[in-house]
Amino acid sequence: MNNLPEIIRTIPLSHYVALSSALFLIGLLGVLIRKNIIIVFMCIEIMLNAVNLLMVAGASYRGDGTGQVMVLFTMAVAAAEVSVGLAIIVMIYKNLKTTNIDLFDQMKG
Amino acid sequence: MDKIFYVLAALTLITAFMVVISRHPIRSVLFLVATFFLISAQYILLNAQFLALVNIIVYAGAIMVLFLFVIMFLNLSRDLERFSSWMPIAAAGISIGGIGLLLLSAFRVAQTNVEYTGNPEAGLVEQIGEVLYRDFLFPMEVCSVLFLVAMIGIVLLNRKERELPSKIPLS
Amino acid sequence: MSELTFKIIFIVAVFGISLFVAMYTTYAERKLAAFLQDRLGPNRAGPFGILQPLADGVKLFFKEEFIPRVSDRLLFIAGPAIFMCTALMTSAVIPFAPDLEINGTTYAMQAADLNVGILYLFGVVSLGVYGILVGGWASNNKFSLLGAIRAASQNISYELAMGLSIVSLVMVSSSLSLRDIVDQQSGWAWNILYQPLGFLIFIVCAFAETNRAPFDLPECETELIGGYHTEFSSMKLGLYLFAEYIHVFISSAVLASLYFGGYQFPFVSDLDPGPVKTLLGGLVMFAKTGFFIFLFIWIRWTLPRFRYDQLMNLGWKVLIPLAVLNVLITALFILF
Repeated sequence: MNNLPEIIRTIPLSHYVALSSALFLIGLLGVLIRKNIIIVFMCIEIMLNAVNLLMVAGASYRGDGTGQVMVLFTMAVAAAEVSVGLAIIVMIYKNLKTTNIDLFDQMKG
Repeated sequence: MDKIFYVLAALTLITAFMVVISRHPIRSVLFLVATFFLISAQYILLNAQFLALVNIIVYAGAIMVLFLFVIMFLNLSRDLERFSSWMPIAAAGISIGGIGLLLLSAFRVAQTNVEYTGNPEAGLVEQIGEVLYRDFLFPMEVCSVLFLVAMIGIVLLNRKERELPSKIPLS
Repeated sequence: MSELTFKIIFIVAVFGISLFVAMYTTYAERKLAAFLQDRLGPNRAGPFGILQPLADGVKLFFKEEFIPRVSDRLLFIAGPAIFMCTALMTSAVIPFAPDLEINGTTYAMQAADLNVGILYLFGVVSLGVYGILVGGWASNNKFSLLGAIRAASQNISYELAMGLSIVSLVMVSSSLSLRDIVDQQSGWAWNILYQPLGFLIFIVCAFAETNRAPFDLPECETELIGGYHTEFSSMKLGLYLFAEYIHVFISSAVLASLYFGGYQFPFVSDLDPGPVKTLLGGLVMFAKTGFFIFLFIWIRWTLPRFRYDQLMNLGWKVLIPLAVLNVLITALFILF
């Protein structure tokens, strides 16, 4: 546990930026492609985690705890958002009997 | 020993990709749990031990259980999406490529090779506690109100509507 | 020997000890149940039935292993494995004995001394839900699904009260590391004297988390046939049942470390560090753990089980307010 910060010194921050961007793009791909609303929700969580990873990497590089506290708040807000979102999805399923987002067109026209 | 970052990064990207292309929703959830585990491992590598465990407790331990509950209640055993045409995938690929290009160009110009000026104590619980309670006390209290509002909202959303007694018009 | 070699040997030893103690907890349960019910327990396999767990294991191995037409074969096989994994992972942070000092080098009797040890425990406990949910879902059986959902909701409800009672304990000891908490309880200053209400809440939540004692609605035979392990046979069922006993052992060890002083005992703590102190400390720790295992078994065969709504009522409306009150009282005590 004591020699962990030495590992960080050998990995430049740009690699963390690259990993975070790739993860974000994968999440975005999921949101655009999938038709099941629950899977879309999960891909939004992937995007949030990519951003969290970048913030923690930045905070560790500068020795500043602010980034990690920000991540704590992001996690809290994500938890609240997931609960409300899933409650809404359950209600939609009760009314429309489907989770395919192509069929959520009650408000069209 | 420093190759471990690249191994973890590759595994994270693989499991995240499997979340996106899995046909079975429950397998997607389990791959996502694996992704969260790997991201927690990255946090430990960055010496953010408290956040790594909080990530597991909150995301992998609570939020994903919620997802599993909903999938089980809605009884989504197999994904019923049909592969109709290449157009959505092509469009998604082009937009992802465009955004990727944007990010690449932004990070070429930005100063990302900063000097490492960290101190090893930064990720420990005591430091985070100090920063949280000294600088961010108000947002923390607001977070608790946020949770209260979310809970009330969820209970309200799922209440059964009571049927009002209908007034029979006297003809 | 080098640090790494010692660690590997120690991890294998802890693994073996967990399995061994869980095995003999099954034997102790049957003997104690028999004693409470005024009959003899198993006494055929070996003198006094000592070899009974071995016989049970062999029986489970030889049973027919069939996989019904399940919704997902991979998940069906993975469910018990996940449950067993999370049960064994918790034993990594428990301090079993004081540090062993031989020829100047100190060997820690704890597989991993994380400085966020209690959070790690909490995290692994919240992962235990997955084994139940995945197993119950993959069985393709409505009773299993109902049992799995009941078990999962019971598990997550009692996790909250457990976390809150741990918060007040951490306030008293100002450290999240299990070794620091045990080290601070030297002499007579066991944590139960400082946190009696916290101890009560924690022990009730420990019963609920291990799906045992009055809280075993998800798996009792009179309610849901078998609950989430209805469709499992042979060694997969064996893994579920065995993992439950490992949970009992680990919960007892955690209770002993957090509230009853772990390996500390009034006169043992004053000895010089060395093999004698380590041995005595280890014996003290196992004695306390054994007492809590006895308590688990005793309560199981004495109290009737809770109905599901009574259970949820207790978790949300009684234990969580009590735990918050405990935090408040602890904070006031620390301030003044």
